[in-house]
Amino acid sequence: MAETLLEVKNLKTYFYTTKGVVKAVDGVSFKLNKGEVLGIAGESGCGKSTTAYSLIRLVPPPGKIVDGQLIFEGRDILKLSEEDFRKQIRWKKISMVFQGAMNALNPVYTIGDQIAEVLMLHKHMSKEEAMKEVYKLLEMVGIDPKRAKSYPHELSGGMKQRVVIAMALALRPPLVIADEPTTALDVVVQAQIMNLLKKLQREHQMSIILITHDLSLIAEMAEKVAIMYAGKIVEYGTAEQIFLNPQHPYTRGLLASIPRLTGDIHKLEFIPGVPPDLSNPPPGCRFAPRCKFKFEPCDKEEPPVMEIEPGHYVSCWLHAKK
Amino acid sequence: MVNIYVPKPDNETVLYVKDLRTWFPIRRSFIDVIKRKPPLYVHAVDGVSFDIKEGETFGLAGESGCGKTTTGKTILRLVDPVGGVIAYRPRERLLKEWEEMGYHPKFVDEYKSIDVSKIPDKYLKPLRKEMQMIFQDPYGSLNPRFTIYKILEEPLIIHKIGETKEERYELIARVLEQVKLTPPEEFLNRYPHMLSGGQRQRVGIARALLLQPRFIVADEPTSMLDVSIRAEILELMMELKERYKLTYVFITHDLALARYICDRIAIMYLGRIVEMGNTRRVLENPLHPYTKALISAIPEPDPRYRKILRELPIKGEVPSPINIPPGCRFRPRCVTYDKTTEIQNYCETEEPPLIEVEKDHYVSCWLYGTPEEVKDLIKK
Repeated sequence: MAETLLEVKNLKTYFYTTKGVVKAVDGVSFKLNKGEVLGIAGESGCGKSTTAYSLIRLVPPPGKIVDGQLIFEGRDILKLSEEDFRKQIRWKKISMVFQGAMNALNPVYTIGDQIAEVLMLHKHMSKEEAMKEVYKLLEMVGIDPKRAKSYPHELSGGMKQRVVIAMALALRPPLVIADEPTTALDVVVQAQIMNLLKKLQREHQMSIILITHDLSLIAEMAEKVAIMYAGKIVEYGTAEQIFLNPQHPYTRGLLASIPRLTGDIHKLEFIPGVPPDLSNPPPGCRFAPRCKFKFEPCDKEEPPVMEIEPGHYVSCWLHAKK
Repeated sequence: MVNIYVPKPDNETVLYVKDLRTWFPIRRSFIDVIKRKPPLYVHAVDGVSFDIKEGETFGLAGESGCGKTTTGKTILRLVDPVGGVIAYRPRERLLKEWEEMGYHPKFVDEYKSIDVSKIPDKYLKPLRKEMQMIFQDPYGSLNPRFTIYKILEEPLIIHKIGETKEERYELIARVLEQVKLTPPEEFLNRYPHMLSGGQRQRVGIARALLLQPRFIVADEPTSMLDVSIRAEILELMMELKERYKLTYVFITHDLALARYICDRIAIMYLGRIVEMGNTRRVLENPLHPYTKALISAIPEPDPRYRKILRELPIKGEVPSPINIPPGCRFRPRCVTYDKTTEIQNYCETEEPPLIEVEKDHYVSCWLYGTPEEVKDLIKK
């Protein structure tokens, strides 16, 4: 039996805006085993990035984690004080590859100094020791260690993304969250970065939570997949279950809307309508207004999460017992 | 016998481009000017030729910085080229309007095509009624301070279509219905920020359609939209194309998407077309080493890929478009070049033209013809 690294229970993160409470993450639960890659997919505004930021407790204001448990290595890390969380968990245990590496780096420091800072602060290394480690890290992500003296603007987008990955791995954390690690990169560079992440994940037996809107990228890496819609996970299972036997109408719609490079060209499908306003979500199933299988209970009551085959969970009335 | 690509217009051709070059000068410092350093250019589009038939969707694909958007903008003269021909066959309506303005364009072929790059600026306005653009960013391309009504009324006022307010209102309401923003009254008084991304892109399409063009350059019209609604916008665009006999240039970086909507496609790299032809033929049987690399990098929603690392037959990074490598511009990144010693000589010295490898499938690579074979052809 694989060892559980992280268990998220009923996570709720709300944004208290002047226009009302936006329930960006509204009762998300999942389990992540050691050395496993979980992909969280969903469209813009579904709460996937907010989930990621909640995991390292960096939800930007006016957002707040209002409920839930984050059991990491056996203890609830939501209960830790901010000070303890920063010292014990953030970056040491859970680190993050941020979206848009271009802006995640400080333009006035060399990339070597930026990576070294992590090591000096957390591991209390001297500058020399830290720089030695930086060279190793850069080599690991496929950058010539001589580039440590470069400033971010001297690097290409793909190289910057590699630097951000090196930074996330600096303390060899057991869990790395990658939030859209390849947006704004061209396909070739994207494939190189995905190859790198795959390789590092295997070599270091890391767990990765890969967050992206691109289901194809999830298929490239993830063993487990969670599909999010309007702040909730609507379907969860192994990659094979989700991609080969999708059950939720939303998952099916998403998969049918992706153009493929091979095979017959059939009509691309789309999901009519737009995602709901999360400050005022519809009653019942949140996907109901866009769902073509909508029937009687859908807009009255929220569907329960059903396990329809071992490890495959769906939240849809079509699968709930009457 | 080797054949190389030269655009050959016939009576179905709407537009063809020959050896188009759009360069952007780099600002020189005062010192550089005094030292008489030669001016430098970004060679965004550097010798592009293709032709488009009426009713066709022609794809321009490639990575960022390959010049696909600049090509699209140059065709519309939103950017001026430094060389080449943009031959467009105007409708009678446009010729008549020019005549009234006192402009008599020269025809560049027997099909009464005119060279768009030679039209003086002051006569460009009527051309906008023929050629329009749909922009990539539906968030940035609509004025946030204008209501949808005002956004759509502006082109009508500029082009003096619809004499009275009522007439213009009628036209705007109709175009909103065409792009399925119904009922129109519900949208007219809204501001762009009150619409979803998909709705905003529909306004962008409506604005392009309003002047009843026949040629539209669509610059990544769905790349900023969520996957689940992309197909909806594309379906609308295709429907409108059929109904109004439009011709599209579809600029995209998404080759899988291109496979679904483009009849023919041109793959661009560093300002030039490296492969061109029937979309399915090009994508299912790519011949240029760059196209092969691009296709091998595209992720697919198939969990089998998770167990393997992708093999990417390409090395290095895109060189700067200021100093284009001599010979074949893809050579520094080409893995085939390393392996094929017998043609290396050509790759280093001569830029390959588009060589016809099979019917309607052109590849710019010395693997498919030697310089000796094509040299006489170029001279002709």
